[in-house]
Amino acid sequence: MNVDFLIAVIITVVGASTPILFAALGELVTEKAGVLNLGVEGMMLVGAIAAFATVDITGNPWLAVVVAAAAGSAVSMIFAVLTLSLSANQVATGLALTIFGTGLSTLVGKGFTGRIIKTFDTVFPQALAANPVGRVLFSYSPLVYFSFIMVALVAWFLNRTRAGLILRAVGENDLSAHSIGYSVIGVRYAAIAFGGAMAGIGGATFPLVLTPLWAEGLTGGRGWIAIALVVFAGWRPVWLLGGAYFFGLLSTFELYAKASGASWTSILPSEGWAALPYIATIVVLAVISASKRGGGGAPACLGRSFVPSA
Amino acid sequence: MINLNRRRFVQAAATTAIAAALPLIHTRAAQAADPLKIGYIYVGPVNDGGWNTAHEAARQEMMKALGDKVTSSYVENVAEGPDSERVIRDFANQGCGLIFATSVGYMDALMKVAKDFPDIKFEMCTGFKHAPNVANYNIRFHEGRSVIGTIAGMLTKTNVGGYLATFPVPEVVSGINSFQLAAQKVNPKFRTKVIWINTWFDPAKEADAARALIDQGCDVMTQHTDSPAAVQLCETKGIPTFGQGADQSKFAPTMCKTSTEDQWGPFYTTAAKDVLAGSWKAEDEYWGMKEGAIKMAPITNVPDDVKAAGDKVIQGWMDGSYNVYAGPIKDQSGAVKVAEGKVMSDDEILGLNWLVDGVDGKMS
Repeated sequence: MNVDFLIAVIITVVGASTPILFAALGELVTEKAGVLNLGVEGMMLVGAIAAFATVDITGNPWLAVVVAAAAGSAVSMIFAVLTLSLSANQVATGLALTIFGTGLSTLVGKGFTGRIIKTFDTVFPQALAANPVGRVLFSYSPLVYFSFIMVALVAWFLNRTRAGLILRAVGENDLSAHSIGYSVIGVRYAAIAFGGAMAGIGGATFPLVLTPLWAEGLTGGRGWIAIALVVFAGWRPVWLLGGAYFFGLLSTFELYAKASGASWTSILPSEGWAALPYIATIVVLAVISASKRGGGGAPACLGRSFVPSA
Repeated sequence: MINLNRRRFVQAAATTAIAAALPLIHTRAAQAADPLKIGYIYVGPVNDGGWNTAHEAARQEMMKALGDKVTSSYVENVAEGPDSERVIRDFANQGCGLIFATSVGYMDALMKVAKDFPDIKFEMCTGFKHAPNVANYNIRFHEGRSVIGTIAGMLTKTNVGGYLATFPVPEVVSGINSFQLAAQKVNPKFRTKVIWINTWFDPAKEADAARALIDQGCDVMTQHTDSPAAVQLCETKGIPTFGQGADQSKFAPTMCKTSTEDQWGPFYTTAAKDVLAGSWKAEDEYWGMKEGAIKMAPITNVPDDVKAAGDKVIQGWMDGSYNVYAGPIKDQSGAVKVAEGKVMSDDEILGLNWLVDGVDGKMS
């Protein structure tokens, strides 16, 4: 295994992990506020088509990121109104949002199938990426670096700020937060909007970084992996970073191992390799629920509707 | 409980019988004067730029050829399995005289419906089950793969080609074997690396797998997946590549050397004509370049001798002088599977479950 090969694997892993990381980060904040939004896949697809359409029309990938975030947020508001203002069941509404997002993106995308767009250039000058270390550090699209910044920001916000404390309080005990005067519904609206925006950016990563094309169902189920990842990381932003790269590694490593023709890859059939992220999540869930603390950091009010009594 | 079940059963049986009988009466009465109604079931969207686009283009070609003698309609995005039975039955109830099911996963549902509608003709794409009113049709995809293999074998410097594969079904295996055999005819040192990705459609994964192949020394690439993601990646990496299903050169203007184009139109026109003339028979059709069922996009951006070699293979399939599956052919273990002087039969090609010598990779 030489250095070039290792670098190639790392670069592919980073690319494969970034959309999952964005989407999972948004879902983490949403869940910390006590809301389970299973519509991640749908919001990602809406973000993806919004980004693709924006670049196709204006040619500006930066604007595309903003539009994708806005579009993801906008569809998440459907979920917010239904579950918060109308107290609909979160699981069912989230699933409906995924179906809606898939359909909407397909409909909007009809006119964009088969078109090609320009992707992001790398942020740093090519000269920096001349040596192996430089290539690992400096050869990515701006969205990759943005994902690191967002992890740090979310971690700081949740653990070091007053607003983050309130958000967590709302997720842990909505009645108490309500009784001391915080707007549970308001905080949850904001958290869902943030989750939608991040899912939108995660979706935008597909046309802007990975594959500069639009195709129906472009995200290929990665929204579900993002939801699994939040559980896998035990609702901790920094663990989420590690988890996203672990999941990315699992899915990419298989491809490289198979292409190398190494004999040990036949331990598992390729279907087995593809199932690994999900198996890992189940194992982690089992370990978490067996541990003494129980729940393992799951917000206490996760998935419960809040109806303020008069 | 038992009574209720029995009553429900009788009700259901009666409803089914009526539902089955009514449209038959209607169809018989109407058939004499009305144009032939034809139904198409597609597994994905008609604008996917590949498999389903090709079928839809073929439907329109058939409509144009036969004019007002036929009417047709399609349902897209029909999931394989139980859901498809409803769609096929619906077409039958609407009085279709001929129904095309364009994905292999519809086969069992189609067989069930075909039994209830003996007067309707059913055509099953890439299927293999038989009934008096069911026929199967398929394209010799491997003929196109041999043109690609020939070009790849001549263009490579590392003598390693990448093959992005989906599932180890005969259609895909036959393509891989044909690619490797054709390439080693022009370049004895040629080897093929295969990655199975277990999905027909996941652009991000297709691109990642293509990247993995290129990073491991493949300097020519082809794929048997439904999106142009891998082709697009090859353009950015400067790796010669080939389109599948439809001309994909717009995704890789300099690197896409040619594409295999599925042409179902001639077959659809023939089948509809046969039904109109009353000469339709439940016989399987397996068409290739000679019948116009597979076409190569123009070979571009390659040296003249490479283009000439590719065109010669196409010509060879047309006049019968070239067959990629002529012996001797060895499998990966070195055992001779097709002896010298023999040619692989259609049944053997349609049931391929082993890879030829020179392919690195396993069957899953």
